[in-house]
Amino acid sequence: MQQRDRLAGHGPHGNAEKHHRHRHGPTSRHDQGHHLLQVSNLSVGFRMYDVDAPFLSAEQHMVNVIDDLGISVHSGEIIAVVGASGSGKTLLADSVMGLFEPNAAVYGEVWFDGQRMDAEALSAVRGRAGGISLVPQSVSHLDPLMRVGKQVEGFGKQGSREERRAKRRALFERYGLGEDVAQLYPHELSGGMARRVLLCCALMDDPKLIIADEPTPGLDLDLAVAALDDFRAFSDEGGGVLLITHDIELALRVADRVAVFKDGTVVEETAVANFASPDLLEHPFSRALWHALPEHGFDVTPDGGDAPC
Amino acid sequence: MLLLLAVSIIVFALVSLSPIDPVQANVGQSAYLNMSPEKRAALAEYWGSNVPLWERYFNWISAFLQGDMGTSLRYNAPVAQVIATRAANTLLLMLVAWVVSGVLGFALGVVAAMKRGSWVDKLVKGYCFVLAATPAFWIGLVFLIVFAVWLGWFPVGFSVPIGKSAADVTIVDALHHLVLPALTLSVVGVANIAMHTREKAIDVMESDYIRFARARGLTPWQALRAHGLRNLLLPAITLQFASISEIFGGSVLVEQVFSYPGLGQAAVTAGLGSDVALLAAIAVFSAALVFVGNLIANILYGVVDPRIRKGEGSHV
Repeated sequence: MQQRDRLAGHGPHGNAEKHHRHRHGPTSRHDQGHHLLQVSNLSVGFRMYDVDAPFLSAEQHMVNVIDDLGISVHSGEIIAVVGASGSGKTLLADSVMGLFEPNAAVYGEVWFDGQRMDAEALSAVRGRAGGISLVPQSVSHLDPLMRVGKQVEGFGKQGSREERRAKRRALFERYGLGEDVAQLYPHELSGGMARRVLLCCALMDDPKLIIADEPTPGLDLDLAVAALDDFRAFSDEGGGVLLITHDIELALRVADRVAVFKDGTVVEETAVANFASPDLLEHPFSRALWHALPEHGFDVTPDGGDAPC
Repeated sequence: MLLLLAVSIIVFALVSLSPIDPVQANVGQSAYLNMSPEKRAALAEYWGSNVPLWERYFNWISAFLQGDMGTSLRYNAPVAQVIATRAANTLLLMLVAWVVSGVLGFALGVVAAMKRGSWVDKLVKGYCFVLAATPAFWIGLVFLIVFAVWLGWFPVGFSVPIGKSAADVTIVDALHHLVLPALTLSVVGVANIAMHTREKAIDVMESDYIRFARARGLTPWQALRAHGLRNLLLPAITLQFASISEIFGGSVLVEQVFSYPGLGQAAVTAGLGSDVALLAAIAVFSAALVFVGNLIANILYGVVDPRIRKGEGSHV
């Protein structure tokens, strides 16, 4: 109980004030006095063979891909996790959803909506009403042999088939997808249609939290910002969005807060406003990111930081 | 169709190149030796030794297409008739083995993939590796020793009971004789299908769409049922119809071991006994069988996969 108060419970505090290792954005709220999602001390490791050792005498040891990571998502906000491609961001999404590889070792705490979660509890909120939904990257996340409408409606869910169909129709209408789209197969969707279909899959389940894993691949910045308006609408209605991206410009345009991801951990979690000046940023890598932005001259050397992207 | 034509040409050319002397093969060894050279020359003329190859081929293939496949020397009956009676036995044997190995192999492969790393998986894998490394005829011999000789559950050979008149043979008799050869063929076929299915199922279960289905709250088995099986169908069809040729090849050995009067056994007899007409006809028939199998597979692809279906539509 005491631990729960320490980690999940929340007293009032100002936006500039730092708590739980982060600072708030303007729309960050603690509904019912807790974070929507809070991850602390998360480590995900895999057993692998020592690559330098000779073949037969190589010993197994743990390699942490995610190392002591902490991040919080509030109701009403979009938080962007920004990091290089291939740095383990998708693994973060998997861990928060409780989808682990069998050989992964996962440590740490995940709190969702005031409840401490384990793998079983996470599987119970995955894709459920009031739970966590994923918006994946590309159309390859749809079954290539099944019509789109049926896939959005889903399987093994609550509610009758007619109810789900009615709901899918409403969602399609809201996002400008015609009824004929429901009859298409995934390979027949245009890029824009696919993006909206994938979003509809997530919204179909009435989630409180959406995890969007690189949801705008191949779109230029303006189109991507337009695409993310849908996420904005969702967070304005009180949901939280965890946006995973390698695109810092996009993150600064649409998100309320930015979590800077480097070497398997979040080095700084801060409001987008703090990216106005490097002096407001705390971690050297965040400052290096700032300097590397196009409008600040693509400079990748200051503060001894590594090249960010 | 072009393929079958090519097969028939090659078969005919190979048979013509073989050292079988038509006169000797037709009249027999002793009659041939006692024959005067003039008589031999006359007979050679009669059987068309001097007719050019392409003309002989043309005569053969046009008669073949009209249903006259020649006369089998060994069975002393029209080739068409020999093939018809033998094919019924072989096709039944192959069908049973094909269905059993397909269904069992698919099920074992999927279960092993879903339980990857568990004892179930290891058991299936062990079974498959052992069987894949075992020749079909040897398994047949083991089954004969165990089930026919020691246990006496099944007959040692043939497709009907010995000493029973054809009119008295019942379906039960026929099935009783079918069990061991069919089992041998199936057991060997399962290994191949199960291992391929297992690999495919692992790929599918690690695919993006299964991961997404799981993220939407489906359990692994639900995801398998909703999306996995559908996507496994395509490789399964390929495997299953490609295995026709393997089962046919296996049936030659198995029929030999079990003295089962099928096409495979007839092919061996024809080959050893210089029965040219029968051998050529069986070669063409088996090519046709494999061809039909692949044709059906191609048609089924379109039924299962909308990408293939629409792709074909746009080309026409």
